[in-house]
Amino acid sequence: MSAFFSTDTAAFLAGALGRTLWMTIIGCTLGLLLGAGLALLRRTQLRALAPLRLLALLHVEGFRRVPFLVILMFVLFFVQAVAPDLSLLGIATLAVTLTASAYLAEIVGAGLDAVPRPQVESAQVLGLSWWDRLVRVVLPQAWGVILPPAAAFMVMFVKDTALASQLGVVELAFSAKILVNKGVSPLLGYGAVLLLYAGISWPLGRAARLLEKRLGAHRHR
Amino acid sequence: MAHIDIVDLVAGYGGSTILNGVSFSAGRGEVVALIGPSGSGKSTVLRVAIGLTPASGGTISIDGTPVDYARPAAVAALRRRMGIVFQQYNLFQNMTVIDNLVLAPVRTLGVPPAQAAARAHDLLARVGLADKAGSYPDQLSGGQQQRVAIARALAMQPDILLLDEVTAALDPERVGEVLETIRALADTGITMLIVSHEMGFVREIASQVVMMDAGRVVETGPPAAMFDAPTQPRTAAFMKAILRH
Ligand SMILES: Nc1ncnc2c1ncn2[C@@H]1O[C@H](COP(=O)(O)OP(=O)(O)OP(=O)(O)O)[C@@H](O)[C@H]1O
Ligand SMILES: [Mg+2]
Repeated sequence: MSAFFSTDTAAFLAGALGRTLWMTIIGCTLGLLLGAGLALLRRTQLRALAPLRLLALLHVEGFRRVPFLVILMFVLFFVQAVAPDLSLLGIATLAVTLTASAYLAEIVGAGLDAVPRPQVESAQVLGLSWWDRLVRVVLPQAWGVILPPAAAFMVMFVKDTALASQLGVVELAFSAKILVNKGVSPLLGYGAVLLLYAGISWPLGRAARLLEKRLGAHRHR
Repeated sequence: MAHIDIVDLVAGYGGSTILNGVSFSAGRGEVVALIGPSGSGKSTVLRVAIGLTPASGGTISIDGTPVDYARPAAVAALRRRMGIVFQQYNLFQNMTVIDNLVLAPVRTLGVPPAQAAARAHDLLARVGLADKAGSYPDQLSGGQQQRVAIARALAMQPDILLLDEVTAALDPERVGEVLETIRALADTGITMLIVSHEMGFVREIASQVVMMDAGRVVETGPPAAMFDAPTQPRTAAFMKAILRH
């Protein structure tokens, strides 16, 4: 595969691109869901949930203080002990999910806190359930605050997924190295990968900005 | 029997005690005004009454039955018959005026949406805002938002309404329209606890005035007696200070 311009190379790069996208999009989406759960959990009052609140706190503080590479290794060893059948890509995606959830919990939390407390109390005295308060009053106002930093985080995290190459996941960065090792000129190999990274970040950023605009406009139509 | 009877209420935030045994009551259809200096605990009384702030002692009874605020079901039942309006309106900013009025009746009381909407339009007409149903709160003036907030509370058809300085955040020229709305309400037979610094209004509308200071009730009486011949020096001093401007 020393010739760069071949369908083999294209397929190889497409596979790597797919894995980078998979880790980012699936990992961050699951991370957003988990992070939202953590943020909500941390804002509950129920005494019975106190132990869970502590766990959520440890999770959020812990995963934000450890380098992503260390988290990757940690997840690798943990998963190999309990679920040895999970693929390397699955392991890396899980690591992304765990890490992203810690950061996104903070971002979602800031969005929830941005909704004026008296509005929530008004919803409460009108008898609205916890779920109704969340879905009808809080989230519609929190989204505009959550989305820009959440999208920025995701765009930034595209680059961090390159560390999954340390596990042996053939994602974009690793694929460039493999191509070059096989005799492709570094300029072509790394250049192609560089363009592909830019090609992911740019539309992701744009999509986020569009969504943000639409959510912001929702208030006034 | 009193409609709402507050006996020896003790409450605070965190460690500090704000209410040191507050007692007063309101008969059905009566308008009771809470007055007193800033920080005396007027808002706290209303917050405890509707279950937003826990009490550490005393009881609040509705129609003679003490409310068990520790039981969520009891608080939910209470909130079906008791509404509150705050100084800062607190309308849901993400929805239109009509949606603000329809949400709770539909979700909390299970009123069919069409019926809730019809009732909401009636209420908006009653507070003089029939043409604002489709507006968002931040497109309205403060006085208009406050009237929507009152209509939103009324949409739940409460028989007790708590009003906490509902004109305090308004421009002077907007105060009148909100007072007019409340005046019209007083004639409907709803029981109201009103915290207000509008002494002329209190005098006109209240059948009873409760003077609070430092978490206690200093004096209670009909407005004429309270304003013209207070028995407590603390009340006299407060009246003098507040009526000066
Ligand atoms: N959420 C809170 N947390 C802690 N302290 C509070 C809180 N709300 C009120 N307080 C304190 O409780 C005391 C009584 O407050 P409250 O709001 O009941 O007084 P008020 O009579 O309504 O005064 P105002 O006329 O200024 O509205 C004040 O000292 C206030 O600082
Ligand atoms: Mg107050």
